[in-house]
Amino acid sequence: MSDITVPVTTKKDWTSDQEVRWCPGCGDYGILLAVQQLMPDLGVRPENVVFISGIGCSSRFPYYMNTYGVHSIHGRAPAIATGVAVARPDLDVWVITGDGDGLSIGGNHLIHAMRRNVNLTVLLFNNQIYGLTKGQYSPTSELGKVTKSTPYGSLDHPFNPLSVALGAEASFVARTHDLDRKHMIEVFRAAHDHRGAAFVEILQNCNVFNDGAFDDITGKEKRSEMLIPLVHGQPIRFGDDGHRGVVMGRDGQLRFVEVADVGEDAILVHDAHREDPSLAFALSRMSATMHEPTAIGVFRAVDRVEYAGAVQRQLVDASERRGPGDLAGLLRSGGTWNVG
Amino acid sequence: MTDTAARPEAEPEQLDRVVIRFAGDSGDGMQLTGDRFTTASALFGNDLSTMPDFPAEIRAPAGTLAGVSSFQVHISDHSINTPGDAPSVLVAMNPAALRADLGRLEKSGLLIVNTDTFEERDLTKAGYSANPLTDGSLAGYRVLEVPMTNLTKEATASLGVKPRDAERSKNFFALGLISWMYSRPTEVTVAWIAERFAKVPLVRDANRAAFIAGYNYGETTELIDHRYQVAPAPLTPGEYTNITGNTALAWGVVAAGQLAHLPVFLGSYPITPASDILHELSKHKHFGIRTFQAEDEIAAAGSALGAAFAGHLGVTTTSGPGVALKSETISLAVSLELPLLVIDIQRGGPSTGLPTKTEAADLLLAVQGRHSEAPLPVVAAYAPGQCFYAAIEAARIAIKYRTPVILLSDGYLANGAEPWAIPDVDKLPDISVAFADRPNHVEPDGTETFWPYLRDPETLARPWAIPGTPGLQHRVGGLEKEDGTGNISYTPENHETMVRLRAAKVAGIANDIPEAEVVGDQDATVLVLGWGSTWGAITDAAERVRRQGHKVAHVHLMHLNPFPRNLGDVLRRYPRVLVPELNLGQLCSLVRAAFLVDAKAVTKVQGLPFTAAEIEAAILEEIAR
Repeated sequence: MSDITVPVTTKKDWTSDQEVRWCPGCGDYGILLAVQQLMPDLGVRPENVVFISGIGCSSRFPYYMNTYGVHSIHGRAPAIATGVAVARPDLDVWVITGDGDGLSIGGNHLIHAMRRNVNLTVLLFNNQIYGLTKGQYSPTSELGKVTKSTPYGSLDHPFNPLSVALGAEASFVARTHDLDRKHMIEVFRAAHDHRGAAFVEILQNCNVFNDGAFDDITGKEKRSEMLIPLVHGQPIRFGDDGHRGVVMGRDGQLRFVEVADVGEDAILVHDAHREDPSLAFALSRMSATMHEPTAIGVFRAVDRVEYAGAVQRQLVDASERRGPGDLAGLLRSGGTWNVG
Repeated sequence: MTDTAARPEAEPEQLDRVVIRFAGDSGDGMQLTGDRFTTASALFGNDLSTMPDFPAEIRAPAGTLAGVSSFQVHISDHSINTPGDAPSVLVAMNPAALRADLGRLEKSGLLIVNTDTFEERDLTKAGYSANPLTDGSLAGYRVLEVPMTNLTKEATASLGVKPRDAERSKNFFALGLISWMYSRPTEVTVAWIAERFAKVPLVRDANRAAFIAGYNYGETTELIDHRYQVAPAPLTPGEYTNITGNTALAWGVVAAGQLAHLPVFLGSYPITPASDILHELSKHKHFGIRTFQAEDEIAAAGSALGAAFAGHLGVTTTSGPGVALKSETISLAVSLELPLLVIDIQRGGPSTGLPTKTEAADLLLAVQGRHSEAPLPVVAAYAPGQCFYAAIEAARIAIKYRTPVILLSDGYLANGAEPWAIPDVDKLPDISVAFADRPNHVEPDGTETFWPYLRDPETLARPWAIPGTPGLQHRVGGLEKEDGTGNISYTPENHETMVRLRAAKVAGIANDIPEAEVVGDQDATVLVLGWGSTWGAITDAAERVRRQGHKVAHVHLMHLNPFPRNLGDVLRRYPRVLVPELNLGQLCSLVRAAFLVDAKAVTKVQGLPFTAAEIEAAILEEIAR
């Protein structure tokens, strides 16, 4: 007999009564569906899950989940979520953010949550545009992009979200896209199960202000040749029948090759658990734009001390060493004297 | 005539009070010297008040005016509330200290000078063209010239201390000398040196030798003809400790957590003069206190708000520039209606301003400094020890009304110390509230649901339902919420309802705080209305005015928003209202606007607190008008 009850929930238990208000055709719907489908499989109860978001289209997400949630301030979700996670290590804390929210106004909070390795599952919806404010360029928009605020083309060199996450030494880094629910669910599950800061970039189509930004790689007919699935322990191959692969040249540069030309043994084998993040960094940057072959999947998943747990351990250690706090004693700790 | 080496012990002359100012270079250890003298005096039983005064630079160029660090302590045999108007003793460790602080010394006051630092180079660095010790410019003072550096070197030479290292102990020589002059017990200091420097025996021994040498120098030298005694003050019976405002405030936060039965989460980012609260709270993890040094002020507030959502007492500590950065999070807390304790240790501004100096010019920032209609309660501490109770009161309001509260202190309270009667912890108030644990609404079809914005009819506070509570899952956010359900609502009428509800909730706190109490002469013509750290100077000034046969009334506000409900009536009873403030008249403008009274501001913005004399003069002038 076990006294642990496995929570049984269905997708309905995770769906709030609020009307979903994204534009018809928005990529966000697919992501919401993937998360709601995944939740019953995670072995958690809705009351123990918290979704924290910032501001932007993606940040409406918490309203649609029947969990605890905070739709907070532009960019600040990782900071607020850090407070929730550190205060309550028993909770399952998710951060929903976008390319503007997470990488522009909230870039500082995002990198610090990752370097601290706070137990957060961060989903960054990257649509390479500001949607809610109606179409200005974002920190992931390509150089030269013409938008309302860049009529002559953007002069800003874009961020590569995964490179940022890896640079901040996130212990889990992955990429997926809004058109492949199965892949999203797989990646989200791995991110959730990871203990520490898990960062997931989701390529997400904004059909109103930046339609088709990822069509060249995520389009049904193009996926096979343009998306490079990373599987831990497997050679990195893509294309029909895996005819193409990734090799590392003698100069340390990653290159695409025809497997037939170099032989299967020459193909780089993906190791997500590698302590050194530099290969994952190189994999995150094989393509400069979303018009070339691009890797998806889990780039990095390593064990590192999780922050909230470490904070909790210091508290427990202090209590064991000094006993529970004694207020009357504290007030006398600076030396006292008696009058009268 | 006798020729004995040791003089017969003369009875010390009794003084009712003395103000001593230790001044030296930032590296000379003046803060430590003052702090040790204070502790010895506290344990001796004097009433006391202190004021550290130091530069923002950690090590400004040695010997310059910019690098002068001072510590003023006022000890007495009766109740006092300020660090004293003008020091009667100035210890100047170098020419820069002399030049910077001589103007503060009272006429014919005692000047003790370390003559070893008056070489031409030192004088030039301090901006002296002639040596003040020889040019007659100190004629108005009693000057005691002591070669402290050399005497310290000699006293420590036998220990094997290198002369360069020995120099570092000269502050203990000064402390020893002053301890002898003012008949302080030596045991406390000797024991402290032994403990503090236990890990570095040579430094410990050198400091001890220098301290003893200074004490003995006083006893044996014929230069000093007088010894003084300040008797213990008749404080209210009880157990006392010497405490600074920041320590009292930190302990108040610890107490608030205990009294609320909530774990404390402090999110903070280092900033002068608030960092000591972070340091202090970081020590007390066995109270279940989590301290989080965030990446910036914004995250410090954000993490504290997140912790509050999760059921902790969320606290963030900062100074003015940090409050500016936290402003959007505070507004979110107003909208989310969650408890959040924001502690602002005010300093001179704007911008970086005078980071180590005091000012109280964040009142309007606290009361009004947010976008849109975002009212919140404001509480102000008024004395170092009272910071303890102010923290508990601010937390009480935050928790009970689910609102951010700004607690104002300032650099003067933060670093100033006084004897504090330790409270009986069993008599502190219970400030706990219950979390929501069940649905609070029934839908027309009979299903029970949870409405996160269904208010308590009395307090107007919304329920606090924390994650982990089954069935109460809900989403809150910065978007306007529908009254009751908390769902997003853009309805015009609903927005007005919510704006007014949030305002009414904060305004209603006036019924839950003490009424304004007039201290002193109820029938006076002049009422002094104060807030914050001016309390000590106003109290002492009012007492002096009364001793001169005049009447004066005093009201001191701890609650700045909302005001006590009787404040308007009280102010209107007095023909003249004076408002002393370390700003350009912020409380004055608030009471003029709220109550249409012709209040007059008395202002000072020098990075220094008011002296009692300044307020005394302002009151007398108003009475004579």
